[in-house]
Amino acid sequence: MTMRTTGTVCAAMAALVFSLPAPSRNLDLPREKVDLVAPPFVHDHEQATTRTPRIVEFKLVSEEKQVVIDGEGTKIHAMTFNGSIPGPLMVVHEGDYVEVTLVNPATNTMPHNVDFHAATGALGGGTLTLVNPGEQAVLRWKATRPGVFIYHCAPGGEMIPLHVVSGMSGAVMVLPRDGLKDGSGRQLFYDRIYYVGENDFYVPRDDQGRFKSYASATDAYADTLVAMRSLTPTHVVFNGRAGALTGNNALTAKVGETVLIVHSQANRDTRPHLIGGHGDVVWETGKFSNRPETDLETWLIRGGSAGAALYTFRQPGIYAYLTHNLIEAVQLGATAHFKVEGAWDDDLMMQVQAPEPILPAVRGALEQPAHSAYHR
Amino acid sequence: MSLRPIFKLVAVAACVASAAAIGIAVGADDGPPPAAAPAVVSLWPGSVMYRVAGDFTSAGKPVGAPLTMVRIDRPLAIMTHQVTAADYHRCVQDDACPPLAPEVVPVADRPAVKVSWRDANAYAVWLSSRTGVRYRLPTDEEWAYAAGSRFKDDAMPNFDADDPAKRWLARYDREAGEQQPSDREPRPVGSFGANENGLLDLAGNVWEWTSTCFVRRVLDAAGTTIGEPTVNCGVRVAEGRHRAYVVDFIRDARGGGCGVGVPPSNLGFRLVRDEDSMLRLRALVGRLRDAVGLRGAG
Repeated sequence: MTMRTTGTVCAAMAALVFSLPAPSRNLDLPREKVDLVAPPFVHDHEQATTRTPRIVEFKLVSEEKQVVIDGEGTKIHAMTFNGSIPGPLMVVHEGDYVEVTLVNPATNTMPHNVDFHAATGALGGGTLTLVNPGEQAVLRWKATRPGVFIYHCAPGGEMIPLHVVSGMSGAVMVLPRDGLKDGSGRQLFYDRIYYVGENDFYVPRDDQGRFKSYASATDAYADTLVAMRSLTPTHVVFNGRAGALTGNNALTAKVGETVLIVHSQANRDTRPHLIGGHGDVVWETGKFSNRPETDLETWLIRGGSAGAALYTFRQPGIYAYLTHNLIEAVQLGATAHFKVEGAWDDDLMMQVQAPEPILPAVRGALEQPAHSAYHR
Repeated sequence: MSLRPIFKLVAVAACVASAAAIGIAVGADDGPPPAAAPAVVSLWPGSVMYRVAGDFTSAGKPVGAPLTMVRIDRPLAIMTHQVTAADYHRCVQDDACPPLAPEVVPVADRPAVKVSWRDANAYAVWLSSRTGVRYRLPTDEEWAYAAGSRFKDDAMPNFDADDPAKRWLARYDREAGEQQPSDREPRPVGSFGANENGLLDLAGNVWEWTSTCFVRRVLDAAGTTIGEPTVNCGVRVAEGRHRAYVVDFIRDARGGGCGVGVPPSNLGFRLVRDEDSMLRLRALVGRLRDAVGLRGAG
């Protein structure tokens, strides 16, 4: 209750400070244009800012294109923001205005729009941004709530889930102006930030059980709806493709570095887990005005939301970052790797003895249960 | 038994093919259709520098595997190309092999993939009974010998034994850095070219099962094995761009979860044809006759 009251007071103060003079069609605020970068990377930004609120301009271009989603060459007719699955992460600060130009190039075939979960009104902006091929629209919304939030295309009816499970979602991070804090109000910083967008795909199969490919999204439509209705994804992947964040594309960090991992899922629950590590400070529901949880082993990202986890790597090696539904992680693709360089800490862990045959003389060998009642 | 005459005919055809293969030091024989006698490359005996498969420890710490000279003391007849999906499918149709995974199309110009070690053995048993000649998986040493320059020495430098991450990271980087085809889709036979022995598609995007079991040995300071090694034949060596240890009933070795590393893109196989000693003797006699001009006197 204390938190809530404080939050309300803060919000009221923020409203007083930031909404004077009353918003008009042309805000008299500084403008900043941000070039977005493709996930898992995030555009440069301040973690805490002393600057006054501003209008931050972003451009999202909807792009319909065929993409490969696994190592077998399975293809879908994807719908994307800026050509990537997920769409790029946009970072602003609480009190800033997000001004998005949504472009639907004439080369596309479908209407698209964007619903920002962080925005207030008009279905998150969806009703004000519905653009046909060859059109564009500009939407401005005020970032009033700190946290990580998804955005997604929601053109209406069956098209809503179809566009979302075809790749059309991304995330916004609204940072508190004075940066992230832990539960006791201590300032938190990160050395690196990665945005992991998770997608569930539903690829129709032929009667032999093989994935089908189609000449166009229209041709794929009927079968895809049936596959979606099963609620059983054929692929659950990070960054648009099984294996997109492994091998040469593994995420990197160094021992001692603190990494913020923003994880979004626009359609379905998921449970991130870092094998060999933890979530030091986790905003499981992704909203920074709530007290973060600490020392988590696994956290839940509710379908239709984003969460954020802060972790300082303490040990070098390869870490798997995956959904701890391990069937989905291993068989359906939802696994990323972290490659961490640095010095090994024997205090945290050491291999006292490498695997060797069991020898009676060796410590740890099976002992004869001579006095065991169990074997009598 | 009405099958018997057919069986004999096939066996004779295979003998002829073997004799022809033995007649040349290195080279492919096209041979009769695959179900009868697959194309093989016959290699003379020889030696290969071989990094021993398995894990090694010394004084309780992991150490690199020893390098040894392995002598292949008999001619080695090994399939020119990997067993194709169509080849394997014939075994399925004879109810002697488990069906291919639904996504593997049984075509003649693609390798059989998503096959387990057990599937590969079932195929070898079936092919042996169909041809009257014994076919089997190669040992890892034989694979290395036949693969020649395509066999990768997977030695790791001796890292600081107290930092287990170094070796792990180095292996991850090396495997990730191998030129991976962008997809795992099997390519037409021959797409990855021939090695110096004329074997096709070695170390392409299909790893090949061998009969070698996973072995763990404890070495003393001099590198001599102490005690009995742990032999786990539930895990076999698969060879390709890098050596992999794969559980024998696995058909798809894709990684994730705890198995962080780069997994084999596909699992397939090629077989070795065991040369019967009488057969080899006959072949030798035939070659000697040819040499002295006694053609057709056999």
